[in-house]
Amino acid sequence: MRYCSALAVLATSTFLATAGPAPATELEVTHWWTSGGEAAAVAEFAKAFDATGNHWVDGAIAGSGSTARPIMISRITGGDPMGATQFNHGRQAEELVQAGLMRDLTDLATKEKWTEVIRPKSLLDSCTLDGKIYCVPVNIHSWQWLWLSNKAFETAGVPIPKNWDEFVAAAPALEKAGIVPFAQGGQAWQVNNTFAVLMLAIGGKDLFQKVYGDKDDTVAAGPEVAKVFKAADDARRLSKSANVQEWNQATAMVINGKAGGQIMGDWAQGEFQLAGKVAGTDYTCLPGLGINPTLATGGDAFYFPLQKDEAKAKAQEVLASTLLDPKTQVAFNLKKGSVPVRGDVDLNAANDCMKKGIDILGKGDIVSWTDQLVSQDTQKQFEDLFSEFFATAMTTEDAQERFAKIVATAD
Amino acid sequence: MPQQKRPIRLLRNLNAKIAAVPMMLTATFVFAGGSLWTVLYSFTSSKLLPRFSFVGAEQYERLWAAPRWNVAVENLFIYGALSLIFQFVIGFLLAALLDQKIRFEDTFRTIFLYPFALSFVVTGLVWQWILNPDFGVQSVVRSLGWTNFEFNPLYDADIVIFGILIAALWQGTGLIMCLMLAGLRGIDEDIWKASRVDGIPTWKTYLFIVIPMMRPVFITTLVIIASGIVRVYDLVVAQTGGGPGIASEVPAKYVYDYMFHAQNLGQGFAASTMMLLSVAVVVVPWAYLEFGRRRHG
Repeated sequence: MRYCSALAVLATSTFLATAGPAPATELEVTHWWTSGGEAAAVAEFAKAFDATGNHWVDGAIAGSGSTARPIMISRITGGDPMGATQFNHGRQAEELVQAGLMRDLTDLATKEKWTEVIRPKSLLDSCTLDGKIYCVPVNIHSWQWLWLSNKAFETAGVPIPKNWDEFVAAAPALEKAGIVPFAQGGQAWQVNNTFAVLMLAIGGKDLFQKVYGDKDDTVAAGPEVAKVFKAADDARRLSKSANVQEWNQATAMVINGKAGGQIMGDWAQGEFQLAGKVAGTDYTCLPGLGINPTLATGGDAFYFPLQKDEAKAKAQEVLASTLLDPKTQVAFNLKKGSVPVRGDVDLNAANDCMKKGIDILGKGDIVSWTDQLVSQDTQKQFEDLFSEFFATAMTTEDAQERFAKIVATAD
Repeated sequence: MPQQKRPIRLLRNLNAKIAAVPMMLTATFVFAGGSLWTVLYSFTSSKLLPRFSFVGAEQYERLWAAPRWNVAVENLFIYGALSLIFQFVIGFLLAALLDQKIRFEDTFRTIFLYPFALSFVVTGLVWQWILNPDFGVQSVVRSLGWTNFEFNPLYDADIVIFGILIAALWQGTGLIMCLMLAGLRGIDEDIWKASRVDGIPTWKTYLFIVIPMMRPVFITTLVIIASGIVRVYDLVVAQTGGGPGIASEVPAKYVYDYMFHAQNLGQGFAASTMMLLSVAVVVVPWAYLEFGRRRHG
C-alpha cells in the first residue's frame, strides 16, 4: 500500500511536470552593462524575462562597449550566435544586418504597433534597414550632461555654476581648495564624446549637424569650430590632474566631492542613485552644459541574431516584447538613469534630472548622435585624435586641422 | 630468392612523414594561405566583413598618413632596437657571471628565469603599479626623504615607451640568460685551458674566442627576441592601453583596433601586411645567408 501511494505521488509529479508550462528556454543575452547602476538595471530585464517562464542567461562582458563589441561580432560572424545582444543603435551593427545575420522583427513590430508607441521616431529609424526592423530600442541616452558636485563648490566657496562658462570661471577656486575641477576619464571614447558634447553645446544644433551629419570639412576648419576647440582646450587644462581611466571612477570623484564636475551621459545618474545621492541637493545636472539644452537621442538596442533552434527563436520573440513592456521599461530605466522609449508610460517616480531630460525630449530639441551619423571607422579616427589631444600639449590649430581632414574623408 | 626491391625514397621514414602531414597542411593553408588572403584583401575597402571591392593602394596611403600609425612604427623601432641590445648584453653578462662556478647557481638561475613564467598581461599590470607615481617607485623614494624625486614614465608621453621597455626586459632577459648559459656550457673546457696556457685575459677569451663560437646560440636568440618585438601587444594593453594619448601605441595594437573596434578590415589588413613586410625584410636576407650559403659551400 505504501509503495502504491509513493508511486502515485511520483506519477502525479511527473504528470504535473509535463502539464506545466513548456520547459524553460535558455537565452543568452550579451551586454556591457557592468557598473553598479547598470547591473542593477539589467537585473530588471532578467527578472521580467524569467517571469515569462524562460531563462535569461547573463552574458555580461566587462570593459566598455569597445571591448565588448568585437567579442560579440566575432561570435555572430563565427557561427556561435547568442540569443540576443546589446548594441548602441545606429551603425554599429549595420553590416551584420546587411549580411543577413540578424533576425527580422518586422512582423512582431507590426503586431505590437511599435511605430506608434516608440518615440522619438528616430529611434526606430535607426533599427530599420530597407523598411525592415531589426532591433528593439530599450532606452534613450543622451550624452549632453554636465554633472556637478554641490559639495565641491561649497568647499571651494563659490556658487554652483549654471553653465559651462561659469564652470570654467569657477575652476581656479576649486583648484585652490585642492579639488580637481574637471573629472575626465582618459579612455578614447570618453574624450571623443566630450568633444562632440562641446560641439553641440557651444556650436549649436546646426553646426553639429553640418560637421557630423553633412561632413562639411570647410565648416569643420572654420572659426565656429575653432571656438569649440578653445573650450576643449579648457577642458584639457582643467582635467590635467584627474588621472582616471574609467568613467565611473571619474563619476565617483564627483560623487565624493573630489572633483567639481564631469561631462558624461545620463547613465552617470545611475551611479549617483546607487550612492544614495539626491538630484538638486547633492548634485546638479546641466543638460546641454547649461548653454544649449539640446539632447541627442542615442541609446541602447537589442539585436537578435538568427537562430536555428525553433524554441530559441520563439523565446527571442518573447524577449523582444518583454523589453518593450511598459512595466519593464519603467523599472529598467529608473535604475539605469535613462528615459523610456515609450511615450505612454507613467514616470512619476522620475527624479529632477530625468524630468529635465523628458521635458527637453517633449519639446523636440533633439539631434541624432554621432554613433548614428558617422561610421565606427570614422569614430575611431576621431578617438585617436582626441586621445592624443587630451594627453599632450597639441595646439588647438593643429588639432582642428587634423579634425577637418578626418571630416573630409568621413563616411 | 629474388632480389629485394630498392626502397622508394618517398616511403622512407613513412611514420615520421605521416606525422608531419597535419603540420605541413597547417603551414601551407593556415599560415601561407592566410597571409596571402590578408595581403589580397588589404587592397579592398572591406569594412566589418571581408568584401572584394578593389580600391588599389588607398588603404596604404591612409595608413601612412595616419599620425597614430607613424607613432606606432616609431615606437616599435625604439623599443625594438633597445630591447635587442639590452636583452643581448644583460642576458650575456648574467650568463657569463653565472658561469664563474659560483655558489647557489641554481637559485640565481631560477630567480632570473622566474619572470618569464608570468604572462605579459601580469607583467604589464605589475609594472603599471611599480611605475605608478602614487604607489610605486616615485612615492617610495619620496617617502625616504627625496621629496623632489621624479620618476613617472607611464604618464609622460615622451618617455612612456621606456617604461614598457623596462617591463619587457624584466620579463624576457631571464630566458635569454638561460640560452646564453647553455651556449657557454657547450664550449669545450679545453678551449679555456688552452687560452689560459697562452695567457689570454678572460675578457678577451670571451670576446674573441667564446662569442664567435656561440654563433648558433646567438642566432636562435636573435630570432626569439625579434619575433617578440614585432608582436608586442599584450604588454602595452595591460600597462598603458596605448596611452597617454597615443604615445605608446604599437603596430599590432593598431591592427587589432582597426580590424575590430573601427570595423575596418581593409585598414587592419594593410597594417598587418606592413608588419609582415617588416618581418620579411629582416628574415629573408638572414635565411638566404644562413641556408643559401650552406648549400653552395
